[in-house]
Amino acid sequence: MSDPAALRLKRRYAAERRFKVLGMAAVLFSGLVLAFLLFSMTANAIGGFKRAELRFELDLTSGVLTVDPAQLRGPDAQDALKGAGLPDVVAFAAARELGDAGAAEVEDGAWREVAARIVRDPVLLAGKFTVSLPASDDLAAALRGDAHKELQPLASRLADEGKLASAFDWGFLSRGDATGPQDVGIWGALKGSILTMAVTLALAFPVGVLAAVYLEEFSGRNRWAEMIEVSINNLAAVPSIIFGLLGLAVFLGLFPNWRSAPLIGGMTLALMTMPVIVISARNALKAVPPSIRDAALAVGASRVQTVFHHVLPLAMPGILTGTIIGMARALGETAPLLMIGMRAFVATPPEGLTSPATVLPVQIFLWSDEIDRGFVERTSAAIIVLLLFLLAMNGLAIYLRNRFEKRW
Amino acid sequence: MSPAIPILLALALGLTGWLAARARAWALRREARAMESDLHSLPGYHGWYVALWAAAPATIFAIVWAAASPALVLARVLAAPAASALPAFGIQRDAILAEAQSLASGGGTAFNPASAALVEPFRAASGFYSTIGIAVTLLLGLAGGVFAFLRLRADFTARSRVERMVMGGLVLASLVAIFTTFGILASLMFETLRFFQVVSPADFLLGTHWGPDPMVDPSAIRPDNYGAIPLFWGTVFIGAIIAMVVAIPLGMMSAIYLTQYATPTLRKWMKPLLEILAGVPTVVYGYFAALTVAPLIRDFGHAIGIASASSESALAAGVVMGIMIIPFVSSMADDSIAAVPQAMRDGSLAMGATTSETIRRVLIPAALPGIVAGIMLAVSRAIGETMIVVMAAGATARLTANPFESMTTVTFQIVAMLTGEGSFDHPATLSAFALGMVLFLVTLTLNFVALRVVKRFREAYE
Repeated sequence: MSDPAALRLKRRYAAERRFKVLGMAAVLFSGLVLAFLLFSMTANAIGGFKRAELRFELDLTSGVLTVDPAQLRGPDAQDALKGAGLPDVVAFAAARELGDAGAAEVEDGAWREVAARIVRDPVLLAGKFTVSLPASDDLAAALRGDAHKELQPLASRLADEGKLASAFDWGFLSRGDATGPQDVGIWGALKGSILTMAVTLALAFPVGVLAAVYLEEFSGRNRWAEMIEVSINNLAAVPSIIFGLLGLAVFLGLFPNWRSAPLIGGMTLALMTMPVIVISARNALKAVPPSIRDAALAVGASRVQTVFHHVLPLAMPGILTGTIIGMARALGETAPLLMIGMRAFVATPPEGLTSPATVLPVQIFLWSDEIDRGFVERTSAAIIVLLLFLLAMNGLAIYLRNRFEKRW
Repeated sequence: MSPAIPILLALALGLTGWLAARARAWALRREARAMESDLHSLPGYHGWYVALWAAAPATIFAIVWAAASPALVLARVLAAPAASALPAFGIQRDAILAEAQSLASGGGTAFNPASAALVEPFRAASGFYSTIGIAVTLLLGLAGGVFAFLRLRADFTARSRVERMVMGGLVLASLVAIFTTFGILASLMFETLRFFQVVSPADFLLGTHWGPDPMVDPSAIRPDNYGAIPLFWGTVFIGAIIAMVVAIPLGMMSAIYLTQYATPTLRKWMKPLLEILAGVPTVVYGYFAALTVAPLIRDFGHAIGIASASSESALAAGVVMGIMIIPFVSSMADDSIAAVPQAMRDGSLAMGATTSETIRRVLIPAALPGIVAGIMLAVSRAIGETMIVVMAAGATARLTANPFESMTTVTFQIVAMLTGEGSFDHPATLSAFALGMVLFLVTLTLNFVALRVVKRFREAYE
């Protein structure tokens, strides 16, 4: 082999290696970005699942609270305790244990948590127990050390005495939205998301599956079918915000009373999800071998019977997989819901399909606008909850695919 | 009244009809078999026939009634003598009405003394209309059910009739897609035309200054505040240039590496990873862009001496959007490369070309139409992306090529105009629909052309 040829070969092999490394770097980059994204969210979220709590002893043994135990079982229990002076008792105990400066930093309305505890366990009414009440937003910021320098001596003193600490906040998963980061919770948004998804599923799944059955099994190749096919393919690629404009102009035009309602949100998302379901359902139907249809027709089944008794059940795992993936996309969707007014501040979890609500991604968007550092952590915590839901849904889809999908 | 009650009622009627008709069909079958003959259809089909007749019209009526009755209730309340004390229009009037309504349905507390007087009319009106609704639902269901039930006979062709109804349902379901497409077109068109009555299309499409003010009196707006060129430029710059500079090389190289070089085990692990990247909601990417990437890019800009580097930059939004698009580009490139016949690859390798030479000189040129179509789809997805730009790109409309400055896009302005303070009829609000129309038409064209190209390309190798 002559020298220049060997040299050229060496160069070519070097180029080959470089190309391979570039490819590996591209894949690695995606992996690193994902890892970085998840890491930065999780790092912030750890703080978001906690809140700063002031801990002190509450002594009710002297019988300062005189409440009829029967009243504690009624719906007005909190009012009864308020009437008996519970807020003042809590404030007094806080002042004695934490000092006046510390007591001033107990969150307003924190006595309600004490009240809820007493309602659950009326024995406490004449007992002595330790309460952990949320600190104010300012004191929480001072404890983290990122704002309110003037409160930091107080925060470190209380922390040293073991009276101020940040503790896991179960309430984050059970409260609604609020104005301060110490009081917020995601249950309201989560419930809104669940209601919205229920509407989406109830509308998009039957319509999508039936449309797919028509296109795949009955329509043949006529002009109508072609038009339907083209519009489904186009709808699958239309930006989601356009569906929001449709929802605003049509649904809210028809039902102006249901602004911000899960019903309208679900209808809008259903239009967006339906094409995804149609496309995956068609693929699942296509995968069922023709011999199944031939066999059913041969023993005398009608075409409708063939499809609904044999083909559709066999295609169901594939259809469900596609549906779950479409629903996961709808669950993470934000823009169209902003258009139809689901961005309003809603403090109480929605009671039904027509009461004002917000959804988890919109809640994340709303919190991300807040400046308070506490909200950064809460936002990240909400993102982690959303990602866990999506992970669970995608995991279920993968499980269904592996467990039930037949290879013919 | 909850709309669920009449719907449940209709469904209950359907169930009753189903049970009754099936029992009747069994009886008919016994009679027929005694005479050496048989039913035309299985008893179940008789059941479904009656159930559909009982439930379907009643359910449709119940849904329509649920949609229409709030307006009827309101009209009746306004006709009541107590309503004459209401202020003629405005927020005050709406607030009083809403409060009275929630009081009448048993919730809320009275803030406004005027609303207390309206509680009774509200209760009376909603009771009146819900009684009508339930009565008509029942009547429709019973009439349909009885009509169908009386037609049952041994030789009644229940199966073919039920199947015809099923086919009707299937056609109706598939027409939803067409209705949706037309609904989008019609609603966008309608509002866009209203907008163009105030601002001419030329001012809108060719103007270079964007600054609508939803608070200005609608009769005194200046059309030269509605020039959308800066928005189009921002959209193209972020979605079609910056995002693609990130996504095309990374997506292509990922696809090439995973399909041509990676071992099956590595592929098994890396492909789901890319799918996870594709499944992250856009609001999370937006938060990531605003919280983490944008400050990094601003500091980098300051470090290389760009004083105007802003904390909301086109670059931050574009880069994160590009990362979001990587899996999409990768899977499109994957499909196109896989569609190239194996013989072409084998031929190149047999001539002594290395793998990378085969990829660069044979596979990519052969797959180019498919790849270009994939990139067009990726662009159409990027320019329609909303949350990332809303959270990271900024609100100022600017005609600049400096990626470190903040820039705004079509989707950002749609959100800003429709979630702002303006009234629904104001040109600033209507401009959102015109922007939506442009966005819709552009993405539609991109998709249409791309799908054509893909189809042509597939046929070339089949």
